[in-house]
Amino acid sequence: MEFDIKTIFRLGPIPITETVVNTWIIMVVLVVGSMIVTRRFRTAGPGDKLGTTELVVEMIVDGLDSFIGETMGKKGRKFVPYISTLLLFLVVANLVGLVGVRPPTADLNTTLGLATITFILIQGSGIRSKGILGYIKGFFEPFPLMFPLNLISEISTPFSMAFRLFGNIIGGMIIMTLLYMVAPIVVPVIPHVYFDLFSGIIQAFIFTMLTMVFVSMAIDEEEEE
Amino acid sequence: MNDLLLAKAIVLGLSALGAGIGMIAGLGPGIGQGYAAGKGAEAVGRQPEAAGRITQTMLLGQAVAETTGIYSLLIALILLFANPLIRLLS
Repeated sequence: MEFDIKTIFRLGPIPITETVVNTWIIMVVLVVGSMIVTRRFRTAGPGDKLGTTELVVEMIVDGLDSFIGETMGKKGRKFVPYISTLLLFLVVANLVGLVGVRPPTADLNTTLGLATITFILIQGSGIRSKGILGYIKGFFEPFPLMFPLNLISEISTPFSMAFRLFGNIIGGMIIMTLLYMVAPIVVPVIPHVYFDLFSGIIQAFIFTMLTMVFVSMAIDEEEEE
Repeated sequence: MNDLLLAKAIVLGLSALGAGIGMIAGLGPGIGQGYAAGKGAEAVGRQPEAAGRITQTMLLGQAVAETTGIYSLLIALILLFANPLIRLLS
């Protein structure tokens, strides 16, 4: 049994793994797909008929918009692009296992990378909304002795997020591989629904949801003071 | 040579055992998530109009509660597929 990540080719000293190639493919599909879908958009009057693609895209964008606005409040508007992109990428990346390729999120490097972006976003927006002094002061609350604990809890956030996503996806992948050894046909259909569809979508949702909660926690505190 | 083989066999066997024992930690998240889901069902029963928010909060809490289980899963996976102990022998 091998669950190692295969190296497709080498670019000088840098190994280009399966994960990187799959991520590139997903990126191309998402970017080109968005460009094709939005190419013929124009401002329509009330009397004009909208095409089906336009309606679907508008529905998705509207849904994401109101969902993020509901969770993060008014201040969350400027995070809509990042969080929507994160959600779209994660959903596609988790579901790509259904086609038979290795999901990019079954690699700790991908999830740690995403979690690092989120970590920088959390700290950056915290500093931005509270100012550098208020941000440092936040570590010494409720009383100065709490400083090490606060520091550890801040630093462990990206790790727990990355490991949660990675563990769920790779756990599902390993169980599916083992199942394919026992029963190669028909039987794996139902577990696929759970491990790939349900678990994949839920985990993508959880990751984005946690990002939103942490970011709004970082920017909200200043409002109360 | 034979000693090394024996040592390797012991390490591998005990690692597999350790992975199995480590996964007992899966009990905790199971109980916790079930409890959260039960409370979520109760809350929806009491306040059906807030079902969306209740489900969101429940899923979020369950995801955080799951962390310990995921850590034990990772340790089991490391013991099975990327055993660091076997490298100490040679």
